Amino acid sequence: MLVLTRKKNESIIINDNIEITIVDVQGEQVRIGINAPKSVSIYRKEIFLEIQAENKKAAEVKNVDLKDLLK
Amino acid sequence: MLLKTKHFGEINIDETKIIDFKDGIPGFENLKRYVVLYDGDETSPFRWLQNVDDGQLAFAVVNPFLILKDYDIEIPGEAVEGLDIEKIEDVMVLSIVVVPEDISKMTMNLKAPVIINTKNNKGMQVVLDTDRYSVRHYIVEELRRQEVNAGACSDKKEK
Repeated sequence: MLVLTRKKNESIIINDNIEITIVDVQGEQVRIGINAPKSVSIYRKEIFLEIQAENKKAAEVKNVDLKDLLK
Repeated sequence: MLLKTKHFGEINIDETKIIDFKDGIPGFENLKRYVVLYDGDETSPFRWLQNVDDGQLAFAVVNPFLILKDYDIEIPGEAVEGLDIEKIEDVMVLSIVVVPEDISKMTMNLKAPVIINTKNNKGMQVVLDTDRYSVRHYIVEELRRQEVNAGACSDKKEK
């Protein structure tokens, strides 16, 4: 992993069109501002992992008849 | 094209109906083509989201608006842009369903709906930027709640 040291209000630019700014630092918490094209998906990682896990669980669906699901 | 599927055996896929998921969906990023199938009952809110690249991969999905009447979402900009959505009428929204052993405990993912532009057959799963909806919303319980509400309008339960 590339590690850069930044101070408050400093930024990094990724790929010409994504700008990540350190907005505030308070003890353990860092506020990050992100400027990116709308087509770029940005997620908190723990939520992304949760969705991934949920999709994997959903894919294990047995051979059910959907017509029976709401009977 | 013929596709050997997990739930339907070998079926003929109409290639014009194939939906392109450019980034796959989380957990299955490399599988990018799906079709929406139904079990012969068009009135059911349930459908299958069947992968075309891997016949063994299929998700039970549901039209969330038919289960949760006041489901209210804003389609994120990344979907409007990424799927070239022009009109809301072109948009199909599906929630992926987890069907456990005990079917009455099945859940739908309201936090991360699948958005499909039916005009150009492009789709993606988005994550809504809200805490109102969870990734595990009990379907049967929700339907019961709606029945109770319909039966006793004066007794509206707060969420």
